[in-house]
Amino acid sequence: MNAFWIILTGSLVATCCSLLGCYLILRRMAMVGDAISHAVLPGIVIAFLVTGSRDSVPMLIGAGLLGVLTTFLIEFFHRVARVQSDAAIGVTFTWLFAIGIILISVFAGQIDLDQDCVLYGEIAYTPIDLWISEDGWILGPRAVWTVGTVTVLVILFICLSYKELYLTAFDAAYAASIGISTSLWYYLLMSAVSLTTVASFESVGAILVVAFLVAPPATAYLLTDNFKTMLVLSALLGILASAAGYYLAVWLDGSIAGAIATVTGIEFVLAFLFSPSRGIWMNRRKIVPAPIN
Amino acid sequence: MSDFTEFFSFTDANVRYVTIGSVLLASSSAVVGCFSLLRKRALVGDAVAHAVLPGVCLAFMLSGTKNPLILLLGAFITGWLSLVVIDVITSRSRIKEDTAIGLVLSVFFGIGILLLTSIQHSGNAAQSGLDKFLFGNAAALIGEDLIVFSVVALLLLVCTIVFYKELMLLCFDEAYAHTIGYPVRALELLLTTLTVFAVVVGIQAVGVVLMAAMLITPAAAARFWTENLRLMLVLAALMGAFSGMAGAFVSYTAPAMPTGPWIVLIISMIAITSFAFAPGKGWVSRMWKQRRNKSRVLEENLLKVMYQLGEPNQDYFTSRNITDIMERRQIPKRAISRGLNKLRREGYVQKDRQSWMLTRQGQTRGMRVVRLHRLWELYLTQFLELASDHVHEDAETIEHIITPELEQKLMQELEYPVLDPHNNRIP
Repeated sequence: MNAFWIILTGSLVATCCSLLGCYLILRRMAMVGDAISHAVLPGIVIAFLVTGSRDSVPMLIGAGLLGVLTTFLIEFFHRVARVQSDAAIGVTFTWLFAIGIILISVFAGQIDLDQDCVLYGEIAYTPIDLWISEDGWILGPRAVWTVGTVTVLVILFICLSYKELYLTAFDAAYAASIGISTSLWYYLLMSAVSLTTVASFESVGAILVVAFLVAPPATAYLLTDNFKTMLVLSALLGILASAAGYYLAVWLDGSIAGAIATVTGIEFVLAFLFSPSRGIWMNRRKIVPAPIN
Repeated sequence: MSDFTEFFSFTDANVRYVTIGSVLLASSSAVVGCFSLLRKRALVGDAVAHAVLPGVCLAFMLSGTKNPLILLLGAFITGWLSLVVIDVITSRSRIKEDTAIGLVLSVFFGIGILLLTSIQHSGNAAQSGLDKFLFGNAAALIGEDLIVFSVVALLLLVCTIVFYKELMLLCFDEAYAHTIGYPVRALELLLTTLTVFAVVVGIQAVGVVLMAAMLITPAAAARFWTENLRLMLVLAALMGAFSGMAGAFVSYTAPAMPTGPWIVLIISMIAITSFAFAPGKGWVSRMWKQRRNKSRVLEENLLKVMYQLGEPNQDYFTSRNITDIMERRQIPKRAISRGLNKLRREGYVQKDRQSWMLTRQGQTRGMRVVRLHRLWELYLTQFLELASDHVHEDAETIEHIITPELEQKLMQELEYPVLDPHNNRIP
């Protein structure tokens, strides 16, 4: 049963991260996802200090706000202060992450949080942290509910505003000309990424969030030219990686999050080499010239 | 205060190690960071930092010892490999660089975590301390580490000085460097190697995530103060050194405080202050310049309108109302009175109850603006053969910019003209 819950949590995280990741990599903002996933740390710590509990809702709000603030800051440094964009990302997230760690050290006695939990999470413990209702019903692991809710929200978000998200990602100028506010959708997308990151971080850690945001979409991007197919494919690849990663971790007796990230990497390498349309091994065979008589 | 003197007397060996180590590390990675920032590849440092972990674990698994040199070698190999992989992915597929960096970063780190936890669970007692590579611990620096830091810092410094010209060209004009026969690939390799070196060494002090800051932040800050690469390198190194020392000091006065994050916090504050207040490129200074230009344009436009109002009857020194000006040109009323008041303080106009009149100075300056406007219109119609009804907008902008030298040149080119394309006299 534990295996089931862990794989389910992993799959839910994989689904919402990969779906949003497709938009991120097409907008060339993969590193913004990485930045957000690290920069939410102070938000989590502050929410923790204010409420004094590991309750999910305040944490989601605190870290969600920080995530949006991160994107604001990156944009501000880049647009207004004219810092080159990669430096703006690098400066912002390391600065916020440093603040987070310092806050943890200052309030060390009051916070049951540590860096390794932030970086690679504790997915193995999800089945233990059960959500028990007041009548004594056991409703399954808490993380499944949190991540599940966020996944449903993300899927709804993408279904309801598919057109706007699609247009602003592929052709911002055209989107603007037909009256879609590009910056509104940019910030909505970023809010969704922050929310997802925060909901997932406790169970899987920042690093797996980044892996899910980038690797399955990048793999799917090598396999198809159709955006809808890419969305579905990346979610499936993420789910597959969660399952395979779990068993790899059991076999090696290591971190599940680390193992899942490893498997997403393996998937990418396979697609990179053997993708029917774009794999470099496939292309090499195609290029072989016909013998000249 | 006693903390302060005690710290800076450096009598405590531990203080000495931590401070010197932090300073060496921060300044040497700042120098390397300048080059990767200028090549617009600031974030690869982040990828290398994460990619170091599997190398350390593999080196430990294969050798079974925690010999720092072997671990460093392992770290170096995978750190280097990660850059090669990013390069291969971006050049051999349609994946963009940011995606490749994110991918390599998370997958390498994932593998590292998997190996690390696997080693930890195996019950091998010798493994404790491997996670130093994960989070860094500057407070635990010892004499041996210092030797390694110094060697690396020296190496970086020597390489930068010896290959200064080549590296500069690589950053600013790679194509040109290629044309004049520089071994661009080899130089790239050198820069990559230096970056990996700085990361591998530095990571033990500040940890995986914050290593990126040690490379990027001082360089980004220094970039705002100067256009000169040599100066930028020195500035970045100084900023790094200062924050290294300050971070060590903070963790000395409050032992619970981690050194690495404080170094990063301080250098970030320096950077953010630079973004805002650096002269020339900083945000505040640019805002100020913009405001000043705007108000100059407004003043010149007002003088121009007042001059034009006097043109039909040659009565330049008659009093005008604000409504007269508003009829002639659409400027908000508030801006007009603000501009006029400023002009009065500068002696270009005089106020007489509710009306305003030009002084002689004001008439001269207004005339000059009108003159430049008409000269430019004429120039555009004669030399660029634009229709005379298309040149006004352009002249509106350029009239505030033309210098006396350019004016002289225009006069010569146009052979001292009398009339503009709209048959107005050029004063």
